[in-house]
Amino acid sequence: MRSLAIAGALLLVAGAASAAESPVPLKDAPGRQLVENNCAGCHSLDYPRINAPFLDRKGWEAEVAKMINAYGAPIPQENVPGIVDYLTRSYGVGG
Amino acid sequence: MLGRRRVLQGLGGSLAASALPGLASAADKPPLVTGLPPGVYDTAILEALPGKKPLIKLAYRPPNYETPLSYFATPITPNDAFFVRYHLSVIPEIDAGSWKIQVGGDGAATPLELTLADLQRGYEQVEVTAVCQCSGNRRGLSEPHVAGVEWGIGAMGNAVWRGVRLKDVLAKAGLRKETVEIVVNGADGPPIATTPDFVKSIPLAKAMDENTIIAHSMNGQSLPHFNGYPARLIVPGWTATYWMKHLTNIDAATKPFDGFWMKSAYRIPSGKFPIVSRFATQQTDANEPITEMVVNSLITAPAEGARLRAGQAVEVRGIAWDGGYGIAQVEISLDRGRSWRPATLGRDLGRYSFRPWSYRFTPRPGKATVLAKATNAAGQTQVDKLIFNPPGYHNNVMRPLSFTVA
Repeated sequence: MRSLAIAGALLLVAGAASAAESPVPLKDAPGRQLVENNCAGCHSLDYPRINAPFLDRKGWEAEVAKMINAYGAPIPQENVPGIVDYLTRSYGVGG
Repeated sequence: MLGRRRVLQGLGGSLAASALPGLASAADKPPLVTGLPPGVYDTAILEALPGKKPLIKLAYRPPNYETPLSYFATPITPNDAFFVRYHLSVIPEIDAGSWKIQVGGDGAATPLELTLADLQRGYEQVEVTAVCQCSGNRRGLSEPHVAGVEWGIGAMGNAVWRGVRLKDVLAKAGLRKETVEIVVNGADGPPIATTPDFVKSIPLAKAMDENTIIAHSMNGQSLPHFNGYPARLIVPGWTATYWMKHLTNIDAATKPFDGFWMKSAYRIPSGKFPIVSRFATQQTDANEPITEMVVNSLITAPAEGARLRAGQAVEVRGIAWDGGYGIAQVEISLDRGRSWRPATLGRDLGRYSFRPWSYRFTPRPGKATVLAKATNAAGQTQVDKLIFNPPGYHNNVMRPLSFTVA
């Protein structure tokens, strides 16, 4: 009950602050869950989709590094290769 | 706090979607220009934020929605069609009754607070018609493509802004002579504490410019929530990165502000662009903050690919704008830039405004390709080849528009 009440109160705040957000599906490939879990907390998943396909592996590495180093994303270092692999294969160029 | 907010974001998204199943499927195909990354055509949809018309949704959270071309047929952009751009996803609903701007900083001898009532009645009210254009407008047209929000042509708008001069407020705050920059912050913030809050600064001279205002009104109405309600900074001539929304803090600073959004973001390589108005206290040898907008234009009619009847006159129409020197002329070419003819300039709404223009002619049957080129009063003109820069700023390449006459 208590947790429900908290969830309700938080939702109210979220509803007031932002628009309805429909799920943005990502391509089904190994690593998708990793990207959803590590990225969607701070931004919707249309960001990688609109930035495609023109970044190569180095480009996606730089984007993920920017999220961690410039924007302080709490992405564990061991998750980075899997995220970069997925983004390069699904939304990048040159595999 | 991090865990809670993340849960909240995910929950908010999925619940909203399941409660309103029609919303996602009702998305129409948005009117996108050619030349964007393929992923934009797969992903962008027409969708309305609360209080807004359907705009081109590039990203939900933080929300980035661009204005469709059709709204640029008039020189003033309607509030409910004005583009939306946020860096950070926590955008609080603001209670105007309790909202305040704190004016202070180490350069202010007499700090003060401003309420909305103070802004509406405590200072002389002034108006300026000015273009608000995202630094990254047309980033999506960069060749090669660069990472970021892949804007087409609509991350801009023009409005009549009403409010009070920033310099009048600063006069009450008792500026010390050591003040070099004015630092501004707004109520929106990051979802996690480790992300740098969006804070910007402007040079003292720009802050003291009589056209730099704190606006509480836009086209005669309150600002829309997603355009900075209840008040935002208006920095005419300069790109929208300085036009802080939901303004909460104005600090006079005696040292250059070194936050992430000044020292690392929104910077252009030095010496590549014909910029007059610069930001001396933030320059390095390699780069400097983006400042004034480069001169640019947009053809708004006829539509790309239109089929028009032979023997009838066509009116090519559009708008032109720049960093505040004023549009001196717009020229039209029908032969891919070999020869140019002057367009007729429309009503002058001020040197910071969109300037309408038109050019009437009777095309020969076949395919016609039109180029428009704006020149400002400082002699700056649009380029025919992109001045490439990694953040994708200052894209004022002339864009050909084609239609068929038969």
